[in-house]
Amino acid sequence: MTYFPAVLIFSLCASMVFAITQRDTPLRMLRYGVYCFALFVGASIVLSWLMFLIAR
Amino acid sequence: MRYSQKCMANEEIKNTAAGSGVQPTTQQGFVYLPLIAGWLIPGAGHILQGKWVRGLLLAASVIGLFATGLVMHGKLYAGAHDILDILCMAGDLGNGLLYFAGRSGGWGTEQVMVTTADWGARFIVVAGMLNVIAAVDAHNLRTGRKS
Repeated sequence: MTYFPAVLIFSLCASMVFAITQRDTPLRMLRYGVYCFALFVGASIVLSWLMFLIAR
Repeated sequence: MRYSQKCMANEEIKNTAAGSGVQPTTQQGFVYLPLIAGWLIPGAGHILQGKWVRGLLLAASVIGLFATGLVMHGKLYAGAHDILDILCMAGDLGNGLLYFAGRSGGWGTEQVMVTTADWGARFIVVAGMLNVIAAVDAHNLRTGRKS
């Protein structure tokens, strides 16, 4: 398994748990889950590029 | 101060119950059962309270992370050699029966020099911590702190 699928699996699972435990209604859970997932994946991509540029 | 806050909270419960026509639930049985069940078996705390979808999604998340960690050759922490090992083992223990099954089955013990193995070990630790969050949520549902 490469890193990016690992990031996606991690983000999906963590976002689901955060959404279910931190919000009350299904709609708010869905919104918060999507928000967390986007932040996880987006932050991973941005930090990866930053590390790539720093290492060069 | 504490007394007045308690009185206000009681008034609030009475008003809510009167306004919505919902009777306040009484605590029956062992209150910590969802907490313990949720820790031992991911999602069981929610399923015990009839929250099937939430319980199954939580189980899929925690078991999925744990299994992905093992697939990535992550290790299950067995001994406590230094402070980081102790913390990682505490995280692993959050997986409940999954951890003990893994230990007894000899999973995650081989020394594998793969670049993703370190990530795998972190996946297993995070799965344990997420399972603890889910178990505490099940306890909050049981005590009525969360609906």
